[in-house]
Amino acid sequence: MALAAIYSLFIINKSGGLIYYKDYGSAGRTDTNDSLRLASLWHSMHAISQQLSPTPGCEGIDLLQAHNFDLHCFQSLTGTKFFAVCETGAQNIETLLKVIYELYTDFVLKNPFYEMEMPIRCELFDLNLAQVIQKDRVTLLGR
Amino acid sequence: MFSFGGGSSLTSVVPDATPAPAAPPGTGTGANAQVLYVFNRGGVCLLYREWHRPLRTLDPTQDQKLMFGLLFSLRSFTAKIDPTTAEKGNLGVPLLPGQGCSFYSFKTNTYKLNFLESPSGIKLILITHPRTGDQRDTLKHIYNLYVEYVVKNPLYAPGTPINRCELFNKHLDQYVKTLI
Repeated sequence: MALAAIYSLFIINKSGGLIYYKDYGSAGRTDTNDSLRLASLWHSMHAISQQLSPTPGCEGIDLLQAHNFDLHCFQSLTGTKFFAVCETGAQNIETLLKVIYELYTDFVLKNPFYEMEMPIRCELFDLNLAQVIQKDRVTLLGR
Repeated sequence: MFSFGGGSSLTSVVPDATPAPAAPPGTGTGANAQVLYVFNRGGVCLLYREWHRPLRTLDPTQDQKLMFGLLFSLRSFTAKIDPTTAEKGNLGVPLLPGQGCSFYSFKTNTYKLNFLESPSGIKLILITHPRTGDQRDTLKHIYNLYVEYVVKNPLYAPGTPINRCELFNKHLDQYVKTLI
């Protein structure tokens, strides 16, 4: 936990279903059902936050700040959501989520065997994602 | 757990001479407050005030219910997804004030919602411009105003909307003006 700037990463499809979940050192154990529920709940609350906006043009929550963590969320134009639970005050997570989005487009969407909206089981995506997270972690250690 | 410093104690029985609690330093930075909601622990909207709200998607009652529902769910979500606590209980189980990890703000591209829950379950929600900084001291100050001018008002019935506490409304408007 001491090294993890990112505790976990979720990817949600445009219908709110969880298609990817990766844990990087959360305390306790979040089982599969809980991660599915958390993803669906985030999808709903992201939509509700748009309805409650006092000014037009709201695109939903992009940062949730809590006492023990921050949650950064990026939604692509096609409605896929990437959100990461990370340390409070962690920097550059927005950029990291966009990099992960690029990995998603390169290694998941270009995979001819991948069915849209289904869970991601692409080995190259896992490998490249791990490299990006590791690189980011090393960068953060140097701060 | 939140700790609220004691507000200024009342030393005079003359209402107009009541001093307002001192504003926390550095809050006059143009935070651009837009909307304020106050809910009690039962979900009743005690107060709704708006200073700048061009868009109204829902009628006021549905808007307030949706806001409370969002906060309730977000509170449950936050406690469950907390990565630093091993034992979190089941998702969706109602939480006592102060129990589990709680959020204090979230940001979108058009607004920032700042949240404070007191140990008695009073929820204060202040919606501001997205680039405002940490508003926790601001909400504590507003809570102190609530304690001084609403809770200590013997004519106010707990659990009912705050619409006749004129001292509270006056001091709230004065304070919010320092934020805009």
